[in-house]
Amino acid sequence: MESESKIPPAKKGIIGWIDHRLPIFSFMDHELNRYPTPKNLNIWWNFGSLAGIMLMIMIISGIFLAMNYTANTQMAFNSVERIMRDVNGGWLIRYLHMNGASMFFIVVYIHIFRGLYYGSYKPPRELLWALGVAIFLIMMATAFMGYVLPWGQMSLWGAEVITNFFSAIPVVGEDLVQLTRGSFAVDNPTLTRFFALHYLMPFLIVGLVVLHLVALHRFGSNNPKGIDITSPKDKIPFHPYYTLKDLVGLGVFLMFYSAFVFFAPDYLGHPDNYIPANPLQTPAHIVPEWYFLPFYAILRAIDFDIPLLLFTIDSKLAGVLAMFASVLVLFFLPWLDRHPVRSARFRPWYKIVFWLFLFNALVLGYVGSQPPEGTMIMIGQAATAWYFIHFFVLLPLLSKYEPVATLPKTLDEPTI
Amino acid sequence: MRLLFLSLFLFTLMLPAHAAERIELPEHTWTFSGPLGKFDQNQLQRGFQVYREVCATCHSLSLIAFRNLGDLGYNEDEIKAIAASYEIKDGPNDMGEMFTRPGRPSDHFPDPFPNRKAAEAANNGAYPPDLSLMTKARHGGADYVKALLMGYTEAPAGFDLADGQYYNRFMPGHRIAMAAPLLDGAVDYKDGSPKTLDQYTSDVSAFLTWAAEPYMIQRKETGLRVMLYIGLMTLIFYLNYRLVKRRVKGA
Ligand code: HEC
Ligand code: HEM
Repeated sequence: MESESKIPPAKKGIIGWIDHRLPIFSFMDHELNRYPTPKNLNIWWNFGSLAGIMLMIMIISGIFLAMNYTANTQMAFNSVERIMRDVNGGWLIRYLHMNGASMFFIVVYIHIFRGLYYGSYKPPRELLWALGVAIFLIMMATAFMGYVLPWGQMSLWGAEVITNFFSAIPVVGEDLVQLTRGSFAVDNPTLTRFFALHYLMPFLIVGLVVLHLVALHRFGSNNPKGIDITSPKDKIPFHPYYTLKDLVGLGVFLMFYSAFVFFAPDYLGHPDNYIPANPLQTPAHIVPEWYFLPFYAILRAIDFDIPLLLFTIDSKLAGVLAMFASVLVLFFLPWLDRHPVRSARFRPWYKIVFWLFLFNALVLGYVGSQPPEGTMIMIGQAATAWYFIHFFVLLPLLSKYEPVATLPKTLDEPTI
Repeated sequence: MRLLFLSLFLFTLMLPAHAAERIELPEHTWTFSGPLGKFDQNQLQRGFQVYREVCATCHSLSLIAFRNLGDLGYNEDEIKAIAASYEIKDGPNDMGEMFTRPGRPSDHFPDPFPNRKAAEAANNGAYPPDLSLMTKARHGGADYVKALLMGYTEAPAGFDLADGQYYNRFMPGHRIAMAAPLLDGAVDYKDGSPKTLDQYTSDVSAFLTWAAEPYMIQRKETGLRVMLYIGLMTLIFYLNYRLVKRRVKGA
């Protein structure tokens, strides 16, 4: 407890009166206005605030959808169409939400790759990074469950495929599947629980975002040069420079988002989801939303059993494990890449590996969108192998053998 | 880093090109394509006539209410008259009995069959799907529906068709349980438009596009205004940003 004498006397006016008792205004002034920020942040630092705004847009549009949505297998599909046709502005809210999920993932993927390129996960920002990965995980669960709600063919069959993953787990698998579904097949109990969770999880994300920001403000933003900032000359107050820069970024991003919402609202979706769910008719191809495709490719890549000493992991379980591992490995990144230099700008070797990794991720996404036949299987397996080799072989090797460049001391010091 | 953005961007654009063995559709120019596209009300009315006189024998249009027909340019009396020409099942009345009455503008189009099984029984076991969302529920939308309706040809030699199956160039798998529903001269247009298969299929596909998204024009118009507004806003932010940048960075 702070002794009362240390607290400065109240400033004048109502704000001063409140702030003296509840220092919310000085907190905001400190964290949003004066907050000292490296002066060289580039465009890739725009995507954090964009992610926050996307989260708000999803929550607000989602709440309005929930006012008119009915979580019942007999009514869900038509209730969404009723929103589109008969609720004032309903089509706008629904398209904002539907395309918003894709936009949210685009923003977050760029945000993550920014972190990978500039080494933002390195000490002392390991927990900041881990909180980000946790947000990403819950986001994926939220988007998956949201996609089930309109109860079209892809909703139903996507849910069928994904919940079926759990059956791969030995011993408790079947029980776990029934627990997630709430019944033997994906049915009304699944829909109602997914709706409840879909409403809940975004608020868990809000909580994690707050922690993410607390951790961020502890050491401040990393920067394109990845050096620790020691000179006060290298930092500027967040406002007005970065508030304006973020607003410019927001404007450009909103135009990109609007182009989809108003001119191609179904472009990123699958036409089958405009066919009401039918448990008796399996669609020709069950494809997840684009943002899950790389992980879907990893899941399907393992089509062989893996013999261990005492038992074998069957291919289904191995695929599920590989898929979860591909996300969870991100938690351990700060310990897999121990190279002391943060930014790829000063790590020519890592830079190559980074671009290969990004390219490989895109290949995985493409493979995930294709039926698993012919060469696709092999490409998928090679890309999956590369994904894990990147983390478990290349990064540790680079940590050890990549030369450590001499870094500039300040942001203004010219680099050769 | 610019490359990163570009590749991610291109990636998102490339994605919906996934479904593997898709049949190339002939592209038709629609009055409603593009950001400035509009429905042609006369065409929608003709398309409605085709739906009503031909497709409605088998296909429901359950998401459309008679009152929605105002979008096609019908006035209130015309809508009332159209609605009244349909029999709507209602009830129970005070005696506890179901009864039929003439339709009202607030009613939806009635289903041609009492239930799915009856629809299947009447169509060799195949279910004629509801058409309200058809152009959204197939790759290619209106182009697909038009191509499908015009795509009936002789099956190539050696291609086996079961009873009640027809060969269609554009149906996935080429087997369809719907006989070619339209022929030249099948519908009697009153406005002098050609009574050809080509015209019928264009009109009914346009009508179904409207049925799938009656708010499409409103969506695009709002979009143009929103883009303009955000564009201006962004410009103002940008100019402000440049000013501040000069002051902060002295550059
Ligand atoms: C005699 C009944 C009948 C009539 C009349 C009819 N259809 Fe069909 N239609 C069917 C049946 C049955 C199917 C299901 C075909 C299948 O699944 O193989 C079908 C399927 C369709 C499909 C979906 C094809 C697909 O991709 O799955 C469309 C589109 C369609 N009809 C449009 C129309 C239009 C437009 C008209 C009016 C011009 C019309 N139909 C008239 C019986 C009919
Ligand atoms: C992290 C934030 C969120 C994400 C990523 C997300 C994602 C999604 C997705 C992908 C869909 C399916 C859209 C479609 O294809 O129709 C959906 C539907 C839905 N969401 Fe969300 N959502 C989020 C937050 C919320 C919140 C906070 C609510 C509030 C209750 C909500 C309510 C709904 C409802 C009612 C639907 C069904 C209507 C529809 O399908 O359009 N969502 N969501």
